[in-house]
Amino acid sequence: MSPSYENLPSDDEEFDESQIDFTDIEEQYQVRLDEGLDAFVVVDGLPVVPDDNKAKLIKFVLRKLNSVGKVKEDGVYMPLGDDGKTEGYAFVEYNAPSEAIQAVKQLHGTPLDKKHTMAVNKLTDIDRYGREGRIDEDYTPPTQAPFEQKEHLRSWLGDNDGRDQMVMFRSDNVGVFWNDKEEAPEEVVDRANWTESFVQWSPQGTFLTSLHAQGVQLWGGKAWSRQKRFSHPGVNLVDFSPSEKYVTTWSHRPLQVDENHPVPSLTLEEDGKNYIIWDVATGKPLRSFTTIDVLNTVDEEGNPVKKKMQWPTFKWSSDDKYVARMTQGQSISIYELPRMNLLDKASIKIEGVMDFEWAPATPKRDNVKTYEQLLCYWTPELASNPAKVSLMTVPTKEIVRTRNLFNVSDAKLHWQSDAAYICVKVDRHSKSKKSMATNLEIFRVREKGVPVEVVDSIKDTVINFAWEPKGSRFVLITTGEVLAQTAVPPKTSVSFFATEKIKGGAVGNFKHVRTVEKKNSNAIYWSPKGRFVIVATLQSQQSFDLDFWDLSFDKPKDDKDDKEKELNANLQLMNTVEHYGVTDIEWDPTGRYVATVASAFRHRMENGYHMYDFKGQLLREEHIDGFKQLLWRPRPPTLLNKEEQSEIRKNLRNYSKVFDEQDLAKKNTANKQVVESRRRLLAEWLAWRESMIEMLKEEGAIIELNGGRIVREGEDEDDAAEEIEEIVEEIIEETEEVIG
Amino acid sequence: MRPILLSGHERALTQVKYNSDGDIIFSVSKDHVIGAWYSHNGERLGTYHGHQGALWTVDVDPTSTLLASGGADNTMRLWEVKTGKLLKTWDFLTSIKRVEFSSDGRQLLGVTEKRSGQLGTIVVYEINPDPEAEQTDEQTIRIVCEEAKPTVAGFSYQAQYIIAGHEDGTVSQWDAKSGEFLYSTQVHEADMLITDLQWAPDRTYFITASKDKTAKILATDSLEVLKTFTTDTPLNSAAITPNKDYVILGGGQAAMDVTTTNARQGKFEARFYHKIFMEEIGRVRGHFGPLNYVAVHPLGTGYCSGGEDGYVRVHHFDKPYFDFLYEVEREQRQQQASL
Repeated sequence: MSPSYENLPSDDEEFDESQIDFTDIEEQYQVRLDEGLDAFVVVDGLPVVPDDNKAKLIKFVLRKLNSVGKVKEDGVYMPLGDDGKTEGYAFVEYNAPSEAIQAVKQLHGTPLDKKHTMAVNKLTDIDRYGREGRIDEDYTPPTQAPFEQKEHLRSWLGDNDGRDQMVMFRSDNVGVFWNDKEEAPEEVVDRANWTESFVQWSPQGTFLTSLHAQGVQLWGGKAWSRQKRFSHPGVNLVDFSPSEKYVTTWSHRPLQVDENHPVPSLTLEEDGKNYIIWDVATGKPLRSFTTIDVLNTVDEEGNPVKKKMQWPTFKWSSDDKYVARMTQGQSISIYELPRMNLLDKASIKIEGVMDFEWAPATPKRDNVKTYEQLLCYWTPELASNPAKVSLMTVPTKEIVRTRNLFNVSDAKLHWQSDAAYICVKVDRHSKSKKSMATNLEIFRVREKGVPVEVVDSIKDTVINFAWEPKGSRFVLITTGEVLAQTAVPPKTSVSFFATEKIKGGAVGNFKHVRTVEKKNSNAIYWSPKGRFVIVATLQSQQSFDLDFWDLSFDKPKDDKDDKEKELNANLQLMNTVEHYGVTDIEWDPTGRYVATVASAFRHRMENGYHMYDFKGQLLREEHIDGFKQLLWRPRPPTLLNKEEQSEIRKNLRNYSKVFDEQDLAKKNTANKQVVESRRRLLAEWLAWRESMIEMLKEEGAIIELNGGRIVREGEDEDDAAEEIEEIVEEIIEETEEVIG
Repeated sequence: MRPILLSGHERALTQVKYNSDGDIIFSVSKDHVIGAWYSHNGERLGTYHGHQGALWTVDVDPTSTLLASGGADNTMRLWEVKTGKLLKTWDFLTSIKRVEFSSDGRQLLGVTEKRSGQLGTIVVYEINPDPEAEQTDEQTIRIVCEEAKPTVAGFSYQAQYIIAGHEDGTVSQWDAKSGEFLYSTQVHEADMLITDLQWAPDRTYFITASKDKTAKILATDSLEVLKTFTTDTPLNSAAITPNKDYVILGGGQAAMDVTTTNARQGKFEARFYHKIFMEEIGRVRGHFGPLNYVAVHPLGTGYCSGGEDGYVRVHHFDKPYFDFLYEVEREQRQQQASL
């Protein structure tokens, strides 16, 4: 019989509730009653004054206290000691608990004079923490955890075959794999629900970042164990500093940290903030910031323009020493690491500033001994002042170069990866504001006086621009006017630029090499080592072209274009391929392979990836339902110096011979294995078939042995096949002849 | 060679079959009509009228005299191939999903649908091969499947066993003389419908297709899985080619999802796999709806497919199809020739 209400076991006589010790549970679930004391604060650290001066002191203190809220009438109670003097503290009642919280937040630690610093605490806190027994009277030093051997975080670089790793996020699984060219990638680790939104590598590949509702986690080492955890509820985006020392997390929702919503490692300081900058080594927050409300601009019709958030908002200098944020139109705030204090205690006022970028490397300038970080920013035309592009050194804040520009609609700053050049792409309008044109203003940062070269032969709007990494060539894509009421985007042109060859090894002027017209391309992906570039069409409905270009192609001598002879470029289209639904292109860090991805983040058609070599030769394609991300694990910068690198380059032929042999051997054994397994399958199958035929013969299954056809008596095997004759008549020509 | 498009049906094809000589193709469709076509040129030979509902299945006896069909009008019918005369109608309580003759043509099997309180059953009738004779109403065997309904079934070699595929991905084996249950095994993923079961020419092994995106070859005796073919789309049909060691798989995204994507995404292609090495060899495009059935010419010279798009596509194989050999196969042939 199942237990029902009627036959519940009767009360156990021996059971006595009062015997159980509930204190631990009571303590744990103790409800903090709203005692009406939330509006009270205790102010400590006040000067001790005789009764006569008490009123004066209260008046003085009230001035401070009223700056954050309204203190109730007669809300200050300052008790007197036995000696008739005040005790140095006071009880203060505000009108509302929120004001009391503000008082604690803002007034705690405010100096009153040289000797006295005000300590403001909530009465409830004093009660809670200050009660007897809550705090141990004796100091017990914290126990030092024994040293633990940490995992080698860069062990993946020691792969025997020098392979690269990639992370793949498909459906709910995140896995890290070795790229094995044509072969299926070799799994390193694969976990379900490793992240809640996406994954990201740290810039040098040490950590894999996963995002969760509670915050961000870093993973690494051979065992892929958790290395760090940063609690930031509702985090949306993550950004690392270039050397992985610091991390910025951002959530569109302001943080809520208070007594009722405690967040590990965060304090009241972080309440209401959107950005947190963390120290990766300690896992502690360094400083937090709120989002700066962008000035609401309106377009010509008066509708508010929704500005895209700039990410990263906090931009890092290449040496990790500074991080800067811009308040658009007003100033740039530069913070010094690791203390996160504002450089020179003030933001740099730059009226109208629209955008800024740090130099991606420490620039080496002519005649400058101490290398400083460089910052480039631009301001639009203000009143009668022209638009300006300026270069500023940090920390000395010296303006190295300024260039005035006119009729500027918009400008984009593109640093070359060595910080040797910065190209400012200036969209200019004509006086009537009807037609647009683009100028390229290239600052030669390394040369004396930072000369500016202007490439102004571009009539159309430039929609994309990319420097060759570590090189002095660039590719840009232009497009004509966007025609209204057409679904088809206008055709684009792809142009290549290189420097002129001049004697003495100096860098010549930038010259146009070639333009390829009538393309749909809109994206440029340089190999991370330069020389090779993919010009692609992404996020288009009609076309999915990928063009693989080589800019230093070895042509036969007599075949050389006269024009290209004088330039540091030999352009050659190596291959054009198509990947249906491609959304992302990822070069591996060595520039040997490139993966193209059709991500389920964008659409649900043929999700998966293709793997190409740098020449555009398809190595492998895989369709995986719900494929979202493929990211190569970045490599840290090489430890070899220039000489060692050029030594390797010189002996490349010898090295490649060894590698070719290895590849061949690998391929042969792989082929051998495949052939072996096929041979085995075939032999097994034939043996099984023979046994079956034997069995049918024994059973006397004539029809089955004849493949299911019934051979009627008197019919020969030969007759079984019927000859079909079909006469096809066709009139080849008709002519009419009149006789007579 | 260019395929021949048979466009005589008005609605989705459900099954297509060659006769044992391979000169005629029979097709059934949801438009209630059975069609007969010359396989070499696609000319229509005739139609068989009488069914009152969508047709699910058709089969022809080994001598090409009798034709059996079944459909949603809850009848199984027997026709004379030559004249189109309706010889016999068996009435049931639910629709007929599959009919199949034994290899000698003397027994006919039918699979009934599970619906309105009726369990799925497999019934067997003795067939008199003479078209003039009276056909019996008496079922020699009636197998009631209580657990999972059968979706496909057929006779093994010598009509020794009845093999059935079920809605839950299992394959079962029954004694075809007594109707006794012998053995059952989980072949495809659980709760994934087995959509097709086709025999090798000598019926010692067969291939099953399933919604779990795989097709498998099983031995008739042991129900051991010999080969597995994995694809990226739910399969509706699988056929084994005589002469060459290939299998042809057909399927594609379910008909109800088709309008939501483009044809490219639907994967409406016939896929050729090597039967022994289980590797994909090629694909044939053409249909613009899922393939509901693929049938192979009994001499292995061609195949046809019936699609949800209402077309039958008849293909004759070209020379490269016959010439293609894996290196190890060529090796083996040479060895045999030298013996």
